[in-house]
Amino acid sequence: MLIKQLSVFLENKQGKLRAALQVLADKGVNISALSLADTSDFGILRLIVDDPEKAKEVLTETGVVVLISHVLAIAMDDVPGGMAEILHQLADAELNIEYMYACVGRQSGKALTIMRLDDTKRAEELLSKGKHGQVNPSDIYRL
Amino acid sequence: MNNKDIDFLPREQLRALQLERLQDTVRRSYEKVECFRRRMDEKGLKPSDVKDLKDLARLPFSYKQDLRDYYPYGLFAVPLDEVVRVHASSGTTGKRIVVGYTQNDLEMWADTTARMLTSLGVTEKDVVQVSFGYGLFTGGFGLHAGAEKVGATVIPMSSGNTPLQIQTMIDFGATVLCCTPSYAMYMAEEVGKMGVKDQLSLKVGIFGAEPWSENMRHKIEEGLGIKAYDIYGLSEVLGPGVSCECQAQAGMHVREDYFIAEIIDPETQEVLPEGSEGELVFTSLAKEAFPVIRYRTRDICRLIPEMCPCGRTHLRMAKPQGRTDDMMIIRGVNVFPSQIEEVLLRVCGDKITPNYQIVLDRVNHNDTFDINVEMSPSFFTDDIKSIECLERNIVESLRSALGIGAKVHLVNPNSIVRSEGKAKRVLDLRKDKI
Repeated sequence: MLIKQLSVFLENKQGKLRAALQVLADKGVNISALSLADTSDFGILRLIVDDPEKAKEVLTETGVVVLISHVLAIAMDDVPGGMAEILHQLADAELNIEYMYACVGRQSGKALTIMRLDDTKRAEELLSKGKHGQVNPSDIYRL
Repeated sequence: MNNKDIDFLPREQLRALQLERLQDTVRRSYEKVECFRRRMDEKGLKPSDVKDLKDLARLPFSYKQDLRDYYPYGLFAVPLDEVVRVHASSGTTGKRIVVGYTQNDLEMWADTTARMLTSLGVTEKDVVQVSFGYGLFTGGFGLHAGAEKVGATVIPMSSGNTPLQIQTMIDFGATVLCCTPSYAMYMAEEVGKMGVKDQLSLKVGIFGAEPWSENMRHKIEEGLGIKAYDIYGLSEVLGPGVSCECQAQAGMHVREDYFIAEIIDPETQEVLPEGSEGELVFTSLAKEAFPVIRYRTRDICRLIPEMCPCGRTHLRMAKPQGRTDDMMIIRGVNVFPSQIEEVLLRVCGDKITPNYQIVLDRVNHNDTFDINVEMSPSFFTDDIKSIECLERNIVESLRSALGIGAKVHLVNPNSIVRSEGKAKRVLDLRKDKI
């Protein structure tokens, strides 16, 4: 399924990540998954949270630049080869992954992954036809 | 007249020569340069109104903006057939400024730098390493021609590649070094680190194109075992050689047979009394291709009325103390904040210029040039590659617009300190370090 992700622009400086996360903590926003992509100058913090709109609002108030976009959440079998099978399907459909990160799932026997692809929507359609991709929204937003 | 004697010409005779040449310059400019003729007509002046040197103060000013408005050749006073060389430097926005030289102009230019070298004891026995940049910048070629005219052996090194610079100095037995003071400082340090000071044959250094201090002079002199001299020039007026220190190291002699310097109040535009500090204004007296009349340099400076102990009769100017505009001199290159603004507006593809701040500092005697640009929702994406691409585009566009490299940092919105709601555009931390 497609879920909302927050992207936050951060200067690559001490304390910038902490400041952003502290705001979320103070406002009671819970983080389900995160990844930090960095360059020498800046980073992009990507977050899956329980309340994306509220998170965007409180972060914007502190003066950081925030963007909400849709990414693909996939629940796969938590067995050897589970990920490989998904990647096979995507490769066969000539879909390219731009980035991905894992998150901890509560659903027993399932592993959760967040992905952005060159065509995220088509990937979602593809995977929703199979046994994968059936993610319960509550599993993602409130782990 | 021997070019050495003219530096010692009694002032009466010098002034007579200036008047004769001024009248000629005004006449030629009026006939050939539309911009000047229009300004004279607006004031109801004719070239024949210049009867005395005092009449110079009645003539209209000229400005850097003129070079943009008449880009590239519109201010030339001779047909292009007679122009044998052009030089150019960055203008205030986008367009460069272009200046031209006839064969006679090049000879006059060589004469200025040759006399300067002579006044510093340089002869045909010397080996002159010219480490100013060659190319559209006037530095390299200007010193080069004068050194050849003196009969010295010239090494046309240009700038950059410090280890090779130092090795060349040692191997070729350079006795004279010409470059920017910050580069001289850097080389002095490298020489110290390499422990090769005793292998150098240097005795004279000629440094200019950017501000430097007495403190820097002492360090360079100590580090390279030389006497260091200050040189001044700007391409609109000629290039290096407009003025230079003599061995007294007490102000730069303006080559007054070729130029008249005035000091004006930049606000009232009135000529200030002798010895006052104000804006330096130049009039060329012998240039053919690109004569300038009352050109506003924007440099804040003082003319020294007292006679120099060296005996040269030409007036000296003190080191410029600042600018009347927001021009910065970075690694010897003139840069205006408006140029940076223009690039940001173009590259960020936004209707408003992103907030930015220029941070200048001096590390290891080299200027550092950083530009902080505030990230904005209008060009933020979730894609690292496209943000990096934007950053790279800014860097490359700046390099092509300014001719020097800057480091660009994307920073958080509103992180640039504002005072009274306005961001301070330039943070120059070099002042205490030069």
